[in-house]
Amino acid sequence: MTDTVLSVRNLTTSFRSAAGPLTAVNDVSFDVRQGEVMGLVGESGSGKSVTLRSIMRLLPRGAQIGGTVTWAGQDLLKLSDAGIRAVRGGQISMIFQEPMTALNPVLPIRIQITENLRAHTDLDANGRAARARELLDIVGIPDAARRLDEFPHQFSGGMRQRAMIAIALASNPRLLLADEPTTALDVTIQDQILNLILDLRDEFGMSVVFVTHDLGVVAATCDRMAVMYAGRIVETGTVADVFARPNHAYTRGLLGSVPQAGAERSMLLSIEGTPPGLAAIPPGCAFNPRCTFAGDTCRTTRPELTSLGPDRSVACHHNDAVVQAGSPVA
Amino acid sequence: MPLSEFLARRLLQLIPTLIFILIVVFVLVRLLPGDPTSAILGDRALDADVERINRQLGLDQPIIVQFWLFVKSVFSGDLGNSIVLKLPVTTLIAQRLPTTILLTVMAALIALIMAVPLAFVAALQREKLADASIRGAFQVGLSMPVFYLGLILLTVFGARLQWFPVGGYGDGFLDHLYHLFLPSLTLALSLSAILMRNLRAAIIGVLDAEYVSFAHAKGLAPRLILTRHVLRNALISTVTIFGLSIGTLLSGAVITETVFAIPGAGRLMVDSIYGRDYPVVQGMTLALAVLVSVTFLLTDILQAWLDPRVAR
Ligand SMILES: Nc1ncnc2c1ncn2[C@@H]1O[C@H](COP(=O)(O)OP(=O)(O)OP(=O)(O)O)[C@@H](O)[C@H]1O
Ligand code: SF4
Ligand SMILES: [Mg+2]
Repeated sequence: MTDTVLSVRNLTTSFRSAAGPLTAVNDVSFDVRQGEVMGLVGESGSGKSVTLRSIMRLLPRGAQIGGTVTWAGQDLLKLSDAGIRAVRGGQISMIFQEPMTALNPVLPIRIQITENLRAHTDLDANGRAARARELLDIVGIPDAARRLDEFPHQFSGGMRQRAMIAIALASNPRLLLADEPTTALDVTIQDQILNLILDLRDEFGMSVVFVTHDLGVVAATCDRMAVMYAGRIVETGTVADVFARPNHAYTRGLLGSVPQAGAERSMLLSIEGTPPGLAAIPPGCAFNPRCTFAGDTCRTTRPELTSLGPDRSVACHHNDAVVQAGSPVA
Repeated sequence: MPLSEFLARRLLQLIPTLIFILIVVFVLVRLLPGDPTSAILGDRALDADVERINRQLGLDQPIIVQFWLFVKSVFSGDLGNSIVLKLPVTTLIAQRLPTTILLTVMAALIALIMAVPLAFVAALQREKLADASIRGAFQVGLSMPVFYLGLILLTVFGARLQWFPVGGYGDGFLDHLYHLFLPSLTLALSLSAILMRNLRAAIIGVLDAEYVSFAHAKGLAPRLILTRHVLRNALISTVTIFGLSIGTLLSGAVITETVFAIPGAGRLMVDSIYGRDYPVVQGMTLALAVLVSVTFLLTDILQAWLDPRVAR
């Protein structure tokens, strides 16, 4: 595919711990294409945020990142410090998951926006000020001129989220890594922000990796999706395909717990139990203790991610049985 | 709340503080053993003389009236006369306090100059050799008594190497600075150890903060992130410690002035207590207490400037 902008291959990230390395992201591979919104879904702790941070090399010291992340012909994981700095915030931007802590409490919003422009554009001080006002307008923060001189604690949660998006979009990035940009926002604001991201995608051909555990949001915004469980990708495909014919029991479970318009939420299908901790990932398929399709092989042999066709892959020993069972949302 | 309103409010808070200081100083001096009249007249005074002096000093009045007279004279700038030195207390304060202030300010600056860069190095090299060496060295500095440290510095850099004078205050501002260098270094060491430890911990905390990761995600240069995002946030808690340490610094100045034979307020205070020079003790206590409250005020202003959440 020639229009692939980001290519992640065998990304593996582990953290040091007293009991040995803990692998939070394991052998993850995916592509992001020009102008596409790629959804990354999974329960809490499945490694979505660590995946995004590994791409940007934004992990605390002591984290080991392996694999390759190809962007504009370069491996971001091997780039010099100066090289990765030019990419960060300029070519690839990231919206952090937690708007309450991601903004610096002692700096006015103006500085937090313009420092990005200063690092990545040729704008002079006036140009930067004008662009900062324009950005607040774009993300729907009213009274921009006054708001720019305010501090994060004067902003509500939704406004901080928007300010963070404004910062991320400041230098017209070609790829946006959006880590749950709408969690903890009420539904109307959530819709506005999703539409804003889609508008920018349409207008500038920006690509987006969209992390969420809300499959309703995936259906509304994403083109393709990858499902993560315990640090690994277990299923990929176009959103339409995955929703119509889930091949992995975990994906099917996730879809089963999406509340549907006009229908009772199907409690039968919601997934029992909780995901395993990094130190106690079960042998075989990591999902087997919670899986209603599990057989003996699942408890001993880990299923490899296998291609089912272009853009479609799954890591499940019994995907035929899962497909047979049908989609809870079809 | 705008910064100006914060300032106004903080200044208003100074009034009850000052009243409290006046009460404490007034009571404290009356709790000292002995009394001013026998200090003036000696132990074998005649009853008539005692009565006369008591009347002169207003000591025959009810305590409330005495306090009122005390407050009135303080506000008219009259702190009485020294019994021993026969000079107005205000004159003595004007002579001696600037020396102590200069000593304290120099010590504070030296402490900052040592603590801030080393705290950065230690925090950035966390758990490595540089961190361990810096922390070890400061631990030694922190555990040594001020007077002992002063004597060591005096012996090595004063008496042995003769780089610095062994005592006195000199003539002219630059000479003062030269004479005060070793004493302020002595005073600074334990403060800088406290500041370094606190700032190192604060920097480590801030380095792990999400907004620092977000600053990296913007592609900012590391030096800009350290100065703009890390230092300022880390200083917020350290400034509080710094302000609180000024009181300790002033009491440390008393010892240091004795070791280095500096004619400052600390020396005067000690001499006056031994000489039962009540007006001087009272006046100096008052002056030092006001000085400390003003330092706290400045600390609060600095904090409000660093951290917009405090005032705005
Ligand atoms: N700095 C770190 N040190 C050690 N472990 C970490 C670190 N950051 C994340 N982890 C662990 O890595 C795993 C994956 O975390 P991650 O934040 O990627 O999950 P997530 O999929 O984003 O979940 P959520 O939906 O809750 O945001 C978790 O078990 C987490 O505890
Ligand atoms: S591999 Fe086995 S345990 Fe894992 S999801 Fe498929 S059926 Fe369930
Ligand atoms: Mg996350």
